[in-house]
Order: sequence, then structure tokens, then C-alpha cells
Amino acid sequence: MFIGFFLALRAAGVKPSLREYLTLQEAMQAGLGDYDIDTFYYLARATLVKEERFIDKFDRVFAESFKGILQPKPEALNGVEATPLPEEWLRLQAEKLLTDAEKAEIEALGGFEKLMETLAKRLEEQKARHEGGSKWIGTAGTSPFGANGYNPEGVRIGQQTGRNRAAVKIWDQRAFRNLAADVEIGTRNMKLALRRLRRFAREGAAEALDLADTIGSTARNAGFLDLKMVPERHNAVKLLLLLDIGGSMDDHIALSEQLFTAAKGEFKHLVHLYFHNCPYDTLWTDARFRSADAVPTYDVLHKYDPSWKLIFIGDAAMSPYELIQPGGGISSWNTESGQDWLRRLVTAFPKSVWINPVPEKHWNYTQSTKIIRDMFGNRMYGLTLEGLDAAMHRLMH
Amino acid sequence: MAGSWGRAPDLGYLRGHALARFEGTSSFVATDDLKVAVNAAVSLQRPLLIKGEPGTGKTVLAQEVARALGKDLISWHVKSTTKAQQGLYEYDAVSRLRDSQLGDARVHDIGNYIIHGKLWDAFEAQNAPVLLIDEIDKADIEFPNDLLLELDRMEFFVYETRQTIKAKQRPVIIITSNNEKELPDAFLRRCFFHYIKFPDRETMERIVEVHYPGMKQLLLREALTAFYELRELPGLKKRPSTSEFLDWLKLLMAEDIGPELLREKSTGKLIPPLHGALLKNEQDVHLFERLAFIHRRGG
Repeated sequence: MFIGFFLALRAAGVKPSLREYLTLQEAMQAGLGDYDIDTFYYLARATLVKEERFIDKFDRVFAESFKGILQPKPEALNGVEATPLPEEWLRLQAEKLLTDAEKAEIEALGGFEKLMETLAKRLEEQKARHEGGSKWIGTAGTSPFGANGYNPEGVRIGQQTGRNRAAVKIWDQRAFRNLAADVEIGTRNMKLALRRLRRFAREGAAEALDLADTIGSTARNAGFLDLKMVPERHNAVKLLLLLDIGGSMDDHIALSEQLFTAAKGEFKHLVHLYFHNCPYDTLWTDARFRSADAVPTYDVLHKYDPSWKLIFIGDAAMSPYELIQPGGGISSWNTESGQDWLRRLVTAFPKSVWINPVPEKHWNYTQSTKIIRDMFGNRMYGLTLEGLDAAMHRLMH
Repeated sequence: MAGSWGRAPDLGYLRGHALARFEGTSSFVATDDLKVAVNAAVSLQRPLLIKGEPGTGKTVLAQEVARALGKDLISWHVKSTTKAQQGLYEYDAVSRLRDSQLGDARVHDIGNYIIHGKLWDAFEAQNAPVLLIDEIDKADIEFPNDLLLELDRMEFFVYETRQTIKAKQRPVIIITSNNEKELPDAFLRRCFFHYIKFPDRETMERIVEVHYPGMKQLLLREALTAFYELRELPGLKKRPSTSEFLDWLKLLMAEDIGPELLREKSTGKLIPPLHGALLKNEQDVHLFERLAFIHRRGG
């Protein structure tokens, strides 16, 4: 049983193994499923999903696979008519929870009655809906109910009336969406991804006792103690970070900052420099771009050897002239085109990637992004957990 | 499809095994999904891997499961230097060397120098205990792999004494992880998994009720509002967790701070009183003060 569900999960990239599938069977036989769909959902989740970033995918596949079985009974289906919304209660909630400004906003939307009408319509759609979820009541995502600052609990009408319960499923709440791998990420997650870049090596002064070697050597010396020392292990990866600051990057500052904080915590050998839109003959050690902080790009090319890994962080969005035309730069006159400078950097540091905070689906619409992506031999990655992971993987191999 | 679930369960291997069920305890609020995961792990005798934000009660869970099922708890706290072998046993070669120099008679039996690890203790116990392997991600990346066979078959071999230690009864194994390292797939496949979500307001009220029964409703409501507002603040380096919230409540009650003072903060003074219990990081406090300043100037 559930072969279809299992295969759908694998197709969606959750990748449970046969072993886990059999465990689920075993658990069902042991009566843990309890003939109750909620319990079965929890059980399947605990058995088949092993990382929180997959729970959201799992929820979606679950909803898709079991929608036929879970169709509420016809009389419950007309939930909107059968159980009119407890309007009094909702009104009360609104009084309690909404500020005056928010109340005004509701008025702007057509007042409370209009809102209730929309809500009823949404409930209607809910029964037919199978994907998306941007309008879903209860997720409070982009729905006006959420946006207006209603307590999402409040809109989860089912719990109050008890009868509509079938309308909003636990898995449809998508409570784990924030943990999904393809959404943006926090400092901690970034650190995790950056840890891919660890390469431990013994370098520097021999300070730690090498017990195994000491014992072997002492034995060879017929019991005469011979201490052997080794240097301690350090993360030997060297990282050169070039950050695009200003202009179109303003929207992504928070994210880039987080990545930078994460990197600073992770690497001992980390050098970071700033540029505006595209690197030319000068880079800056400070984002204020003062002449005192300027570093000639040639110095960077000569100072760091190819064992340094180069990471660009930028949206790669600029006028194509800034990239291909000498003198196209926006801040100062450049005698050589940005493309030349980029090529120089990429050649000097064979291990390089470009990390782009703009979602991947938009890349093809910007010419400069396409040019840079080609220049990097497709080594451009999104600033998501998956993208960062892939980028770090690429840097290590 | 639903009908096929009703097939008579073949529980041959479970016969005679008392199926105690975990339903949460008087001092621990367990959500439904957590109960299902714990019960699955207990009855199928597989390890349960618990993850979640720090301070959501991962470690406490093991204690409560032990209490609820009436079992002993054996905790193995993992550190960055912990080796898998230490959980099984260690051979104390240095003591034996010293005893041999002193002519101690004990030296002839190597068994005297085998120090039992936590897994050994758990396997040998008369009544199957709950074994907590705490913060497994702190250890070396190979650590979980080194325990695969031992956790799977619940037995291991002691080379020095040539004996096999086999679990009398399979202990309930609870493993916690803070996500500092990724765990190997082979290891994950053998576990049940549960991610402790940050409790919603409703669950949080139940949790508070368990810890401070009969707390003043008004104060609790204001405190909850202030707390969730604080957690939602963008740009916080470390968001306060359940345990920090409970500490804060305790402080509020000890200092006898009234609900009006908490409400006051939402109008003018943005920083909640005794915020030191919630914000553990000077950047966060600073961020908060800056916001309060802007707020006051604006309003």
C-alpha cells in the first residue's frame, strides 16, 4: 500500500528509501496508524522525512496524494452554508486584535461584510484548490486575512466551530515552509552550508601530542620514552569574498550581510573587498568607497595565490555597457571593460563562484546576468540553502 | 485504501512486549505529532531523532519519556571530542601498565580494565531504560556512522575480552541534534524523526500552565503578546526560546511586575522589563533600544 505516495515523494525529491517505506508498513501493522488520518500523517512524516527542510515538500505531496480519500462528506462539504461563520466571534476578535489603522484598512477593503464575503468565497475555492497556497486561509501568507494582521489562529475557523475541521488540514497549513531548502536562509543555516568548505590540515607549530606515534616510537626505542608532536588541525580553506554594494543591491543587503557574518564566523583566512556593480581596476576594503580604502585589483591578483577560493556576491544586474564597454563604469572612468577585469579574476582564481541573491528564475531576463553567468561557466548560484550548498560543493571539487 | 489498514497486524516480534504509550506528562506538554513519533519509536524499537530550535525542550523530552514509561534514564552527553567507542567501552591501558609495575594481581585479568560505556550500561540493564544521546551533532562527522551497527543490532563485540554484549531488552533511544553538522543518510534511515516546531500561542499557554499553574491570566496574556512580538522582530541574532520565556515569566512574577507595565511598553517604552532574560546578545539589545528610540521619536 501507499506505493504511489512513496513514489511521488521520491519524485518530489524527498527521497525516502525502501527501508523507511518498510518501516512505515511495519508501524501501520503494529497499529500505530490508528485509522486516523492525522495520526497517519504524523507517523508517515516521522518515518519518511529525516530533515526538516523536506517537511514542506512532504506536506505538499501528502496533500496531493491523499486528496481523493480526504474529500469531506457531502454535507460537510458545504461547510460555508452548513456552518455560517461565527461572525460575532470574529468581530470580537477583530476588536481585540486590530489597531485603529488596521481597522481603517479593512474599511478600505470594503468593510467587514465585504471581507466576510471574500472569506466565504475563499472557503469555497479551498475545496477545489489543489496547489499553490498563496490564498489559503490560515497560512496567513499573502491572503488579505493574514496581511491585515488578523491573528492567523482567528482565521482558522475550523477549530472554533469544530465542524469545518476537514477544511484546513495540518499538512495544508504548511507550517514548515520556512525550513524548506529553497527559501531564503538565516545566518545559522548559512554557516551550516559554509561548513561544506572545511578542509582541515595540520599547519604551523607542532604543539599537540601525537599519541599513536609516541607509543610506536617508544616501543621501537625499547621502552625509552620518545615524545612526538604534531601541529593542530585548522580549517585551511582561504576565502576571498567580493561583495557588490549599493544601487540594485540595496534590496539584498540584509541577506548579504547575513552571509558575510556567517562566513566571518567560519573562516580564519577570510579577506573581503567591495565593489560597485562590477569590479574594475580598484576594489575597496570598506563599503564607503573612500580613496583611502582603495586597493588596486592588480594587487589582489598578485597577493593571493590560486589556492584562495573566490566568491562574488552580487545581483549581476547592470547596464551591459558597464560590463563590455571601456569607460562604461558608473563610478569612475575605466580604460578596460568590466568583462576583462572579471575574466582576469576568474582566471587567477580557478576556484570561483558567483552567488546571486536574485531568485534564479529572474536571471534570464537581465542581459548582464547572462553574460556574467556564461563567463563563470554556469558557476552562478542563488543565495538559498540549496544554491549555497551547490556553490560550496563546486568550490571544493 | 483506507480499508486495507485494517489488516490484522502481525505483531509476533512484539508479543509479550508491553506497549506503554507516551501521552505527555504533568510537567511536559507533548503535541500530537510528537506523541505519534515517540510511540512509533518505542513500539518499533528504533531510535528517535529529535531536532528543533534551541530551548524547545529536546533534552527534557527524554527525561519525560523515561518518567512517563516508568523507565530509568541513561544520558550520554556528546562533546566535540567524544568518540563512538567511548559509548561502548574503553580499555584503560594506563592503569593496567601502572598495576603491572606495582605487581598488582588484578593485572592478569584484562576484564578489570574494561570501563563500561553508556551503551553497555543501557544494554545490560534489567529493565530496558531510556538512553539519551544528547547533541549528537557536536561530535566528529563519523560518529553516527560508527554507531550504526550497534544501534541497529543492539550488540557489540569487546575485542579485549572476546565477548559479545547483547541488549537484554532493547532500550528506547532518543537522540537530539542541534543541526551543527549534517547526519549521514545511513544513520537517518534507521531513525524516526521529529522536528520540534516552536510552540504556537495556544501550546505555549499550556506549557506555562504546566510550569506555573494558576498564573494570572492578564499578566500571561500581556507577556505572551510581548514575547511573540519580540520573536517576530526582524534582524534578531538569537530569538528567545521557550525556556527563556519561562525564565522571564518567573522573573516577572518574582519582581511582581503588573500587566499594565507590560502593556505600557507597546505604547511608548518598547523594551519589556527585565529583557535580559530574553535577549542574550548585546547587538540584539542594542537593536531593540534603537527601535525604541525611533518609536518614541515617531510617536
